[in-house]
Parts: sequence; structure tokens; C-alpha cells
Amino acid sequence: MQVTVNGAMVELGDGATVADLVAARAVGHDRVAVARNGDVVPRSSWAQTPLAPGDAVEVLAPTAGG
Amino acid sequence: MTTEDLRTDDLAPALEREEATDPFVLGGETFRSRLLLGTGGVPSLETLEAAVRASGTQLVTVALRRVEASASGSMMQVLERAGVRLLPNTAGCRTAREAVRTAQLAREAFGTPWVKLEVIGDDRTLLPDAVELLDAAEHLVADGFTVLAYTTDDPVLGRRLADVGCAAVMPLGSPIGSGLGIRNPHNIALLREAVAVPVVLDAGIGTASDAALAMELGCDAVLLASAVTRARDPERMALAMRQAVEGGRQALLAGRIPRRWHAEASTSFDGMPEL
Repeated sequence: MQVTVNGAMVELGDGATVADLVAARAVGHDRVAVARNGDVVPRSSWAQTPLAPGDAVEVLAPTAGG
Repeated sequence: MTTEDLRTDDLAPALEREEATDPFVLGGETFRSRLLLGTGGVPSLETLEAAVRASGTQLVTVALRRVEASASGSMMQVLERAGVRLLPNTAGCRTAREAVRTAQLAREAFGTPWVKLEVIGDDRTLLPDAVELLDAAEHLVADGFTVLAYTTDDPVLGRRLADVGCAAVMPLGSPIGSGLGIRNPHNIALLREAVAVPVVLDAGIGTASDAALAMELGCDAVLLASAVTRARDPERMALAMRQAVEGGRQALLAGRIPRRWHAEASTSFDGMPEL
């Protein structure tokens, strides 16, 4: 299925969850936040949240900022 | 010379006593340091660590952005090692809706309900959008956040932000990163009068005298980033800001002399010889 991740279209296996996506995209980050179609997906729900074709997902990590 | 060599250690006991009687309480937490440091613009992690230590700060702002392969995980390690508390921001947000969602994501990522709320209304000046800001503040307070609101130096808006439950009002001295200092000191003093919550001068600080002025005007703390991170020697500027904030606070508490039009001799004319 095709999903938009951080603004770019990517191909994911059917049944992929938010947890799968984070594991693939946020290696080395332990403070990650995920929004799916604009809504926050709490860390505790990542493994139980399957992605659907056409979803727009933002995977965010800490950075420097004022 | 290291920053430790530059410290005025003789004054340390007196300053510690002063800290004990003059605590900075923000969002129900007590801080020794009245300097909040932003991490934006920092050239390297080594510099960040040195600046954080030299500044004595206990509260450091961070942001959330799309994850990249580069290890920003190490910035978090530096900050954790320094033992500072994190203050996520909503930098770059333009609407209340966007800021609220960013704050919720930051709460999830950083595990803190504290947020530096920033809602920007103009690209060139990065000035706050008052309408969106107040709307976002109201939503976030209702959602249980400890909201530190980055705002203009308008005392009326400051009061409205305090009224909706912000934990601190953070007026700009001048636009973010401009280094223009405090363009309207009178408004900052009026804002300080207008609200009961802490006032943190946030944005526009260029050098140490700006930070000292903020404290002399009655601000409870100063938040700055670029002035340190983009200085030629960030570690030394961090120390300068620490001393300026402490000096300004002490001067406020000490009570300055009134301004006079003409001189008033400090040496008595009594007993002046005729020569």
C-alpha cells in the first residue's frame, strides 16, 4: 500500500502498523512522536494502529530550537 | 582559561543565600537559575554542552521536526547529561490548530506537559499572531498543559494570556534572532505590572546588557538562544548572560538610585580647605 510519510510517498507492506514504520524510520531516536492524518498516535497505541492506504503520517524527533 | 576560572567564587555563598530567599517559581517548579536557554542555532554538540554548563540554566528549549537519519538523539543525550529540564516549543506554527497539535506531539515525545507556545503571524518579523496565540493558549491550558506563551510586548494581550491560565507570559524585546535588544522597555515594565504570573523576556536579546535590563525592568527570567549560540564564543557569552541575569536581578532587588538632571556630589564639601 502507498502511504505518505513526512511528505513523501512510500510503499509499505499490507498490515504495517505505526510501530513498524517507527522501527524502520526512527532508528536511534528514543523520543519520537507520530501523527496520523493530523492526529497524535500515543506511543502506547503504535503497535495496535495499522496504517491504511492513503494515510498521511508524520514521524517527528527532537531537534535544536529556540 | 576555562569558565570555572572566570567565576566569582568569592561571591558564591552570598549568591546562594540570595537564591534561597529569592526563588524563581515557574509552573509550580522552583528554579535557581533565571536564565532559560534555547538550543536553536548551536554550531555543534560540544558547544551546546559547554554553553549549557556555563549558563547555569536549568530549563532548555527544544523543537520537534521530521525525523532524519542524522542522530539528533545525541542532542538529547547532551541535555540529559546536563540534567536540565526540557521545554518543547511550537516554533514555526502559524495557526492555533497547528500549535495545539504540535504541543500534543511534543508532550508525547518529551513526556512533559510544558510547552513554549509560539504562533507566528509574519514571515519577515516572526512576530506572534495575537488572535491565534490566545486561542491556542486557551485550548492547551484546558488540555492540561503548562503554557509559557511567547507574545508581543502588549500588556493587554499579556493580561489576556494570564487570564486564560498561562503559567508565564514571555514578551519579546525585539524580533527573534534580531539582537536588537529591548525596543520598548516601558511596555515590558507595564506588562510586568499587569500580570501576576512570571514574565520571561523572550527574543531579541543581543548582548549581556540587554539581559541585565530585562531583569532590572522586573522580568522574572530571560530566555535567549541566538545571542549565545551565534556568538563568536558561545561558552563565554553563556557565562556573560548568566552574570548579567544575576546582576540585573540583584540590582532590581537592591533598588537603584533616582535619576537626576544635575550632579549630586558623593564627596562632601564640608571641611574643604582653602588653597
